[in-house]
Amino acid sequence: MSDTNVQRRQFLKTSVGAAAVAIAPGMLLFDMAHGKTEAVSSKVRWGMLIDTANCADGCNDCVKACNKENGLSGGLSPTDSQWIRKVELKDMRSGREVSLPMMCQHCAEPPCVDVCPTGASFKRADGIVLVDKHTCIGCRYCMMACPYKARSFVHEPLHDQKPDVPRGKGTVESCTMCVHRVDKGQQPACAEACPNKSILFGNLNDPESEISRKIRTVASTQVRADLELNTGIRYQGI
Amino acid sequence: MRFFLLALLLVSTPVWAADSLIPKLDIGKGGKCVEEPQWMRKNHMHVLLHQRDETVHQGIRDGKYSLKVCIECHASTKDDSVIGRADSFCEGCHRYEAVKIDCFECHSSKRKSSLAQEASLVQKESK
Repeated sequence: MSDTNVQRRQFLKTSVGAAAVAIAPGMLLFDMAHGKTEAVSSKVRWGMLIDTANCADGCNDCVKACNKENGLSGGLSPTDSQWIRKVELKDMRSGREVSLPMMCQHCAEPPCVDVCPTGASFKRADGIVLVDKHTCIGCRYCMMACPYKARSFVHEPLHDQKPDVPRGKGTVESCTMCVHRVDKGQQPACAEACPNKSILFGNLNDPESEISRKIRTVASTQVRADLELNTGIRYQGI
Repeated sequence: MRFFLLALLLVSTPVWAADSLIPKLDIGKGGKCVEEPQWMRKNHMHVLLHQRDETVHQGIRDGKYSLKVCIECHASTKDDSVIGRADSFCEGCHRYEAVKIDCFECHSSKRKSSLAQEASLVQKESK
């Protein structure tokens, strides 16, 4: 092999090495600055465990936090959107009273998705059930199909929506499990706002997550478990 | 001579008119766009449409094109909005081209970090 050839190889090796050193930190910084770029995956299933024993009667903090986070009016008329509401239950025989927040149960087999004629109602890979308002035609089949009455229809034109939570007249909407916060690695607003920490948010698919460990150790219930929808929201103490 | 001047005036009028009709836009903060401005004028709707599906369905929120980022740079520094006035960044052109924008029936047309509010606060403080 000629001397020039060896030199040429050496030069190529060093320049490739130098290029790698120069580019690598930049790529690293780019990744860090832009967070995750990959799509959500079914390795994660987001869910909540609600401890009704800790949920205070008359406390409305989760509802208020939801309204604030998502820009809802907080009105209670039939045409106002309600993404989460407090429900008081009373066993007439024993007189036992339970208070709990009720919202979209983020079913694994969501009836709202089954009936949607346009594919606007969909379940994300990580188990969050959403409405793609770009394709929603406002037919409200999903509202009729939902056994939890979790969805609302926007009847009036809206102004000053939150930049992270687009909402508009003529579309159906419901609890998004604060998907814009979850994608940033934060908790849903209601879970964060609960003064008694009775809403535990986490990954149901990770056996080591706090929510999975708790579901293994305490008795929890799915509302209308008979429908076999495999809800992502579980209740403890009902 | 008078006739000649009149003729000249008549011939040149459409050119002035066309010039004054082109929308003068309030580009807000402006700065370097994610693509060449001429390319964006032609293609912004395609990239927004493509990326919205990735964002809504797959949760990819850090793409290059985002309506929120458009608004962050281009909302007016006076009212923080890209719509509402004849020279607003989105509405100015859309009125000129007679193309209805549906985006802002659901999406906020205001930037998240309010510049106009800050400016008015600074003004109040300086008074």
